[in-house]
Amino acid sequence: MAISRRSMMLGTAAGGAAALTLAACGGDDGGSGGGSGAGGGSGEPIYANTTEPENPLIPTNTGEVGGGRIVTMLFAGLVYYTADGSAENDIAESIESEDNQNWTITIREGLTYSDGSTPITAQDFVDAWNFGANAANAQIGQYFFEPFEGYEELSAEDVAEDATLSGLEVVDDLTFTARLVSPQSDFPTRLGYSAYMPLPPSAFDDIEAYGESPLANGPYILESWSHDTELVLVPNEHYDGPRAPQNSGITFTVYQDPETLYLDLQSDNVDVVDQLPGSALATFEDDLGDRAVNDPGAVFQSITLPGYDKNFEGEAGTLRRRAISRAIDRQSICDNLFFGTRTPATDFVSPVVPGGGATDIPGSEVLEFDEAEAKKLWDEAEAITPFEGPLTLAYNSDGPHADWVEAVCNSLSNVLGIDAQPTPFAAFGEMREQIRARELQGTWRSGWQADYPSAYNFLGPLYGSAAADGNGSNDGDYKNPDFDQLLSDGLAAETEEEAIALWKEAEALLMRDLPVLPLWYQNTIGGYSTLVSDVEYGWDTVPLYHQVTK
Amino acid sequence: MLWYIGRRLLQMIPVFLGATLIVYLMAFYTSGDPILALAGDKPISPAVEQQLREQYNLDKPVLVQWLIYLKNVLTFDLGVGFNGRPIMDQIAAAFPTTARLAIIAVVIETLFGVIAGVISGLRKGKLIDTTLLMLSLLLIATPTFVLGFLAQFVFGLQLGIAPINVGRDPSWVNLLLPGFVLGGVSFAYVLRLTRTSIAETAEADHVRTATAKGLSRGGVVSKHILRNSLIPVLTFIGADLGALMGGAIVTERVFNVPGIGTLLFSSIISGESPMIVSLVTLLVIIFLLSNLVVDLLYGVLDPRIRYAK
Repeated sequence: MAISRRSMMLGTAAGGAAALTLAACGGDDGGSGGGSGAGGGSGEPIYANTTEPENPLIPTNTGEVGGGRIVTMLFAGLVYYTADGSAENDIAESIESEDNQNWTITIREGLTYSDGSTPITAQDFVDAWNFGANAANAQIGQYFFEPFEGYEELSAEDVAEDATLSGLEVVDDLTFTARLVSPQSDFPTRLGYSAYMPLPPSAFDDIEAYGESPLANGPYILESWSHDTELVLVPNEHYDGPRAPQNSGITFTVYQDPETLYLDLQSDNVDVVDQLPGSALATFEDDLGDRAVNDPGAVFQSITLPGYDKNFEGEAGTLRRRAISRAIDRQSICDNLFFGTRTPATDFVSPVVPGGGATDIPGSEVLEFDEAEAKKLWDEAEAITPFEGPLTLAYNSDGPHADWVEAVCNSLSNVLGIDAQPTPFAAFGEMREQIRARELQGTWRSGWQADYPSAYNFLGPLYGSAAADGNGSNDGDYKNPDFDQLLSDGLAAETEEEAIALWKEAEALLMRDLPVLPLWYQNTIGGYSTLVSDVEYGWDTVPLYHQVTK
Repeated sequence: MLWYIGRRLLQMIPVFLGATLIVYLMAFYTSGDPILALAGDKPISPAVEQQLREQYNLDKPVLVQWLIYLKNVLTFDLGVGFNGRPIMDQIAAAFPTTARLAIIAVVIETLFGVIAGVISGLRKGKLIDTTLLMLSLLLIATPTFVLGFLAQFVFGLQLGIAPINVGRDPSWVNLLLPGFVLGGVSFAYVLRLTRTSIAETAEADHVRTATAKGLSRGGVVSKHILRNSLIPVLTFIGADLGALMGGAIVTERVFNVPGIGTLLFSSIISGESPMIVSLVTLLVIIFLLSNLVVDLLYGVLDPRIRYAK
């Protein structure tokens, strides 16, 4: 998914950009579920920050961090993600395939929703996925069903409301099969994403009303939701799984301004925080000491140089892309503007997912700052076809981007001797509209937050030909058959190591062609109060709330 | 009198139509494509996009959208926001909090502003007058968010006597500090207006006559000076009530108050035209109504002003 609109707006320093949590401390800790009730904690709930969920809490219609963190606590999917980003079974007994294309999924026996009487069945998964995939229901997460057979039919403009995915079949109460359009070796890893949660039969009676107070199967129950103010979650005593709550509940408070949030954190009014104001970036590690969190996260930031811009076409274009990349001093911007809360990129995949943060991709020296080399490359490009300036770098000023965009443009002007201009858009939607219509001239800032911890999620949706021309998130319309081939070879690979090796080869092609210039990975930043312990943040920058003790 | 009120109320209709049309056009042309913003950087299939556009009437020309909006206003059903909740419900939930905040601010600015203004006006040129004038200048010159953060830092973090985050429980007591901050700038204006007016009236002939008749100082001040000086102050306060509700955007953000200001800010960010228009219209109506009340109060303060016809 990507950095959602709301997180861009609020994320002055946006540690809190993450899409989803699903994670846990591996293993079974203490007061495990299965009816043992309120987990290990008692008394005061954990207080945490959130933004108001943008939609009712329907898993397939939740694509932003505010709703995602709640949905992940309320629902349990087939798998969940541990802090290091590996996928473990949550309610799945097994997820098996011989060819990475035809999958058989079995769920554990005897599980129920939080009412204790509605059993969780294979049919619930199939119904929920069919609902999400059917365009008539206009779910934001609809594209997550793209890998399934029958997705094309369900994406037609006038699809019948009861049409279903031909690739899904119920075998018995606990087993169902999924047929994909092509092999996808990371399919089980995806299933921890919120779009793949099960829904009880009663959900479909009135889905909007259901989203206000969902009957779900996760570690927590939604006790109350005062819109724009707070959401109160209490442990679900019928949850029997690896994410048993270690506290007596979580109260999420909606914060409008990260400054207020930070003051509340300093006075112990809020316990676990994953967002900081820009003004605290320089000082929060001193202010909070051991309670400060600052580690690389699953957010990748870049500048897109569109393939349809004449300046970036052909041989001159390739040279020019390299020249611009080498004229940006990533380290200095990360240190001076972001106070070390960004990590300079060495590849196209965030270091928190397996195979990401690689430093051995051939051609990756193009990401290193070198004024002389930049100037030389630019002059070579000029000798072939002259640049038609000025060079514009568009960004949305409702997010925290003005400073670094200014810095990058200054650097380009100084090093290359060209006219580089920051081009602000007042609203994110305004910029998206122009990108979508392919009307935005020049370059623009872009970002990506992984939906699930797989290197493929940083590559396929962004640079694959299938996602170009408005069919996905390949906004620069990068097309390279060799790259596509390596991507799909990786998906068909038998082991993860094999897949990663192939995807690294694909990344080497990106280093050569530079459809986007990698800038930096956004760190998980945040902190916690003096009242709590066992605080850990997931691969996706969201805290693992269930294991926090107070 | 009733005729006058009726005429004033009828005048609101064209103002309402004009205001909603202008705001609708502005929201439509400035905020970009709300559906794309809703999806973020994520892909969205054309079928889903089409479905959403139809759902929010975004596939129709802007004038048609406005007419649909007007029709909705007449039926008291403003439709559903992007977050799936009825717009009416959202406004109804946020309004009482902001109204409370604005009432606190108005009471504070009126009470303290008039008292300080009277003291200042009667002691023109003295130390206390100069001090109050300096204080008011300082308040006017300080941006509200600075004042807010300062108050939050001192009373919330350092002294711990006021909540930093009011959102959890926006009760009257908890809203006192934000109310003070919101009313701060207006307090300075009320002080200055009252002071000037009082100082002028204090030298008027009828005041000298009243004093000469042997009336007590208190009687002279309250009956002969203050009453005659309040008209400009009242005009300001009336106009300020609407401004305060709009100006709450900053204060509500600082203190995390879930009110109209917060709602307006987030709907502007997401380009949610029906919500923006409804909120702005609400503010316009409050503004018009409070102006009407002020005009009626003129007659009470100064019987020479009559609206009968």
